[in-house]
Amino acid sequence: MSYKNYKTILISALLCLLPAIATADELNGADTSWILTSTALVLFMTIPGLSLFYAGLVRSKNVLSVLMQCFAITCVASIVWLIFGYSMSFSEHPSLNQWIGGFNNLFLSDVTRESMSGGIPETVFVMFQMTFAIITPALVIGGFAERMKFSAMLWFTVLWMTVVYFPVCHWVWGGGWLGDKGTLDFAGGLVVHITAGAGALVAAIVLGKRNGFPSTPLPPHNLTMSITGAGMLWVGWFGFNGGSALAANGDAGMAILVTHISAAIASLTWMFIEWIKYGKPSVLGIVTGMVAGLGSITPASGFVGPMGAIVIGLTAGVVCFTATNFMKRTLQIDDSLDVFPVHGVGGIIGTLLAGIFVASQFGGAGLADGVSIADQFGVQLTAVIAVLVWTLIATFIVLKVTNLICGLRVKDEQERVGLDITQHEEKGYNM
Amino acid sequence: MKLVTAIIKPFKLDDVREALTEQGIQGLTVTEVKGFGRQKGHTELYRGAEYVIDFLPKLKIEIAVSSERVQDVIEAITKTANTGKIGDGKIFITNIEQAIRIRTGETGQDAL
Repeated sequence: MSYKNYKTILISALLCLLPAIATADELNGADTSWILTSTALVLFMTIPGLSLFYAGLVRSKNVLSVLMQCFAITCVASIVWLIFGYSMSFSEHPSLNQWIGGFNNLFLSDVTRESMSGGIPETVFVMFQMTFAIITPALVIGGFAERMKFSAMLWFTVLWMTVVYFPVCHWVWGGGWLGDKGTLDFAGGLVVHITAGAGALVAAIVLGKRNGFPSTPLPPHNLTMSITGAGMLWVGWFGFNGGSALAANGDAGMAILVTHISAAIASLTWMFIEWIKYGKPSVLGIVTGMVAGLGSITPASGFVGPMGAIVIGLTAGVVCFTATNFMKRTLQIDDSLDVFPVHGVGGIIGTLLAGIFVASQFGGAGLADGVSIADQFGVQLTAVIAVLVWTLIATFIVLKVTNLICGLRVKDEQERVGLDITQHEEKGYNM
Repeated sequence: MKLVTAIIKPFKLDDVREALTEQGIQGLTVTEVKGFGRQKGHTELYRGAEYVIDFLPKLKIEIAVSSERVQDVIEAITKTANTGKIGDGKIFITNIEQAIRIRTGETGQDAL
């Protein structure tokens, strides 16, 4: 090839790169649409997805208390996010940025109509992330359901988000030390499921067992409500994991694909284990398996392929089933809605397996240059331990502080009559 | 006057009601109840938490009749509510001291 031809080809090649470089911070309409949609989908997961799922699982005298807690958390978490949560999670701190974000973006002072976050408006990013900050404390409800004072729950939510959710979010996604180490958490295995699971576990232990647990039957009052909520969670999760690509692209597509596979496999795994072990497949079992599968795939969703999803789904089904039975029957900890064995353990499984199945030989997105599977697994394990330890300790402290402020648990008589009447002076059903 | 109280399996209500209507019985009261005798309950399992449910759903039928008709009513119920399996239920006969029709004020047999 002559020199002239070579130069022409080189210049042409460089010109082709221009659009990619020029539009780095220009608004990408497709991406923006998708994340706007995902924001709605993830909010839908809390109200009413999780709300209905949880509400159906408690006794009828407490159905409104669960719906009220989810709704109130949605509101409170949003305000806290606005005032300082977004800043603490995603801004840069001048000196302590490894551990926490800055306070320069209070009341979203730096966020305007024009400010961008990659190819999407920053307002959209703020909102999308907010829906994650909402659902995480809402998940914790499962650990203290049917016995926590409403006032205590409000205090707890604000304090817990401040010392657990915002810091951990910053560590992993906001420029903190875990993200710097190359920790893989696509949509919140660490940030959402492990924090919520560990938080619920501590709450369950500190608040103590519900009256009558475990000798008295405390069965779900309305499984049809729970199954309805479960379906909403599966659909909403497409926004949760697919939206975490922050783009309308192949990553989002693959994230949704593996999310779906993991959900289906984990559901059937749980169902079959129950069928074999207890003689009958139950509908509560199949949807619990679904949640386990979805929680597990969350951190891995952007990094693994279908093969990884199958392994993750299967593992989640088996391990979370075992963990749930272990908590309920052996340890007899009253984690009323099984947040730790399903979300906590599921999140741990997915975060660890992401380190393995990200490798391209398993159909994953591929390890970073120079990083081996063992290296990545080590990074994942460090993150899991760090987040667990921090959450367990911080949650304990928050509960003790809340107890000093207003007390944590309702009186025995109030618990017997039910939270709907005693905390809210309302009845769920007037039949 | 006698009060015939019958605890029966819920799905037998229509059969019992038809037999009573054939007897000329013009009114009865039905309540949904739970109970157990020698019929075993069932187990329910929710995420590893197992509950034994002893109480089974039953229906309680109450019929106020004149003493002469009691035997016929007992026969009618016994024939139609019977399945031959444990849990068919029981019938109790008690005395009615007085009966009053609220709309008209009639008392005694005229109120039945």
